[in-house]
Amino acid sequence: MKTAVKNRDGRGVSLLRRIAAAPHVAWSVLFVVVPLIFVAYYSFTDREFSFTLDNIAAFFTPRYLQILWRSVKLALLATGFCLLIGYPAAYFIARADAKKQKILIMLIMLPMWMNFLIRTYAWMVILQDKGIFNSVLLSLGLKPLKLMYNEGAVVLGMVYDYLPYMIMPIYSVMLKLDPRLVEAASDLGCNGFQVLRKVVVPQSVPGVISGIMMVFVPSISTFYISQKLGGGTFLLIGDVIENQYTANNLHMAAAISLVLMILLLAGMFVMNRFADDGAEGGLIP
Amino acid sequence: MNKDAERIIQLRNVVKSFDGETVLDHINLDIADKEFVTLLGPSGCGKTTTLRIIGGFETPDSGEVFFDGVAVDHIPPYKRPVNTVFQKYALFPHLNVYENIAFGPKLKGASGPGLTKKVQEMLELVNLKGFEKRRISTLSGGQQQRVAIARALINEPRVLLLDEPLGALDLKLRKDMQFELKNIQKRMGITFVYVTHDQEEALSMSDTVVVMDNGQIQQIGTPQDIYNEPKNAFVADFIGESNILDGQMIEDYVVTFSGKRFRCLDAGFGTRTPVDVVVRPEDVDVVSVERGMLTGTVTSVTFKGVHFEIIVDVNGFKWMIQTTDFVEEGAAIGLYIEPDAIHIMNKSEFSGMFGDYSSFSDELEHLSDVEEPEDDE
Repeated sequence: MKTAVKNRDGRGVSLLRRIAAAPHVAWSVLFVVVPLIFVAYYSFTDREFSFTLDNIAAFFTPRYLQILWRSVKLALLATGFCLLIGYPAAYFIARADAKKQKILIMLIMLPMWMNFLIRTYAWMVILQDKGIFNSVLLSLGLKPLKLMYNEGAVVLGMVYDYLPYMIMPIYSVMLKLDPRLVEAASDLGCNGFQVLRKVVVPQSVPGVISGIMMVFVPSISTFYISQKLGGGTFLLIGDVIENQYTANNLHMAAAISLVLMILLLAGMFVMNRFADDGAEGGLIP
Repeated sequence: MNKDAERIIQLRNVVKSFDGETVLDHINLDIADKEFVTLLGPSGCGKTTTLRIIGGFETPDSGEVFFDGVAVDHIPPYKRPVNTVFQKYALFPHLNVYENIAFGPKLKGASGPGLTKKVQEMLELVNLKGFEKRRISTLSGGQQQRVAIARALINEPRVLLLDEPLGALDLKLRKDMQFELKNIQKRMGITFVYVTHDQEEALSMSDTVVVMDNGQIQQIGTPQDIYNEPKNAFVADFIGESNILDGQMIEDYVVTFSGKRFRCLDAGFGTRTPVDVVVRPEDVDVVSVERGMLTGTVTSVTFKGVHFEIIVDVNGFKWMIQTTDFVEEGAAIGLYIEPDAIHIMNKSEFSGMFGDYSSFSDELEHLSDVEEPEDDE
């Protein structure tokens, strides 16, 4: 996101370029930087707007830590399943011929054109006690299952919603993989599985890391999926933020958001250190 | 049968086409054990495809490939006793030099000091001692190329396939590597199958040269055979410089071209048979007009260091002659041709396409262009 770049002849940034970049800069400041400053400000103040660390301290109590742990656990599970499904899918798509690739990518992207809420409601229709899935079971003479309002349903919702974010970056790295490297590995004695393990997987690490971050981050902060498919029987960190917000306790909501953001940034930093060892090509530099 | 035993690779009637275009048209080729064989031809002649079929990366549409007399058509690359040095090397960017070279042996379970010693030997062989820990991206083209050779040779293949391995190197480095590769091949005593479009490279390194064009083998022979006894106008033109004239074999040892009769050393073509006559530029003597068997006018003179390259117009046909005597542009001279300088070829589909230097200036330009290594065929 460089807004100030040098001209090709190195004479600095022309006025025209400054003008062209101005809306972008203004947008970033107005909708990214200013709100973040507000979040930080609210985190460290009480209702009288005097400085306090109480909000931050409140987060590090068993009640919130337990919720955070549950959020991390479910987000990790969702990310793991996305990787498990998304990696082979990306590999398969990247190896298909150009025509098939276009169709398959379309099919992956298509659900994302529908509203997120509608997609989640669709799962409710399927999973309810008297939903589609249980109707099928009943008609087969089987006992209906309790499918909703548990952690499994929430993870399922997350996997369904965020799977494309796992597939796309891995697919883009796979596309760039030099087919000669696969041939070279095969020439040196690798069978099909070894080619995958020793050449394809190590080279796709940057895509995997991008995918993990792009799934994990929204998963850990989701609140809608857990409310609808989890039925509010348990809270995730996103729910807590929303609750505090709707209860008009903006300071606590801001504090939780800030801590979560810092934890995620730390996590991304560590992940990127891994990515440095791999080849280039991920979506996140 | 006994003869087959020393033939390590045999191709029988191999046909291959891509998108309906025939790339290989009934290729028959025998490769002997411990031989340096070069597949030589212009872009798109099918030489790389032939190599890929031997390596197992392509399957022929029809025909068969034998290793030691056993058909290998359905044996995947990793089970063949061959290793490949790829165009642009295809080294693994996520591994360092040591790990790249150790890749093959590790797959076969090698480890420990034995493996380290072996990798070190290989690095020594390709003059890269001390490069173990280097990342591939920090190596020059020449160094990467050496790593690629070491990575292939450490597996002790019976056959090493090399696909234009020197194509991306500059001229000086290429000459050095030609010499080194030939040495390595002699020392290790393994079969090399080498693909190139560079005729000089082919002549200086090979035991056997296979000249290909249009998906067909035009000639197989030693470098000397190919140069001295080209089978048709394509081979004569592709390998070195040639004056190729339309002629007629009157009887054994007598041929006519340019309206004159010449004695030659060729026989067995029958009587009054139309033929192509090849005379190499260095085999023509420049003499006075009175002594000349043919006479002509010098139209251009180029100094080449060792000799002059002159173009001589003889009744409309432009000869190229290499001579150490200076002659002036516009001078009338005589050409003298010894019987052993005349080489007779049967007429072929290539007759009349090559061997006249009328458009020499164009051709000179074309020759001085460094040919880009071809990416795919």
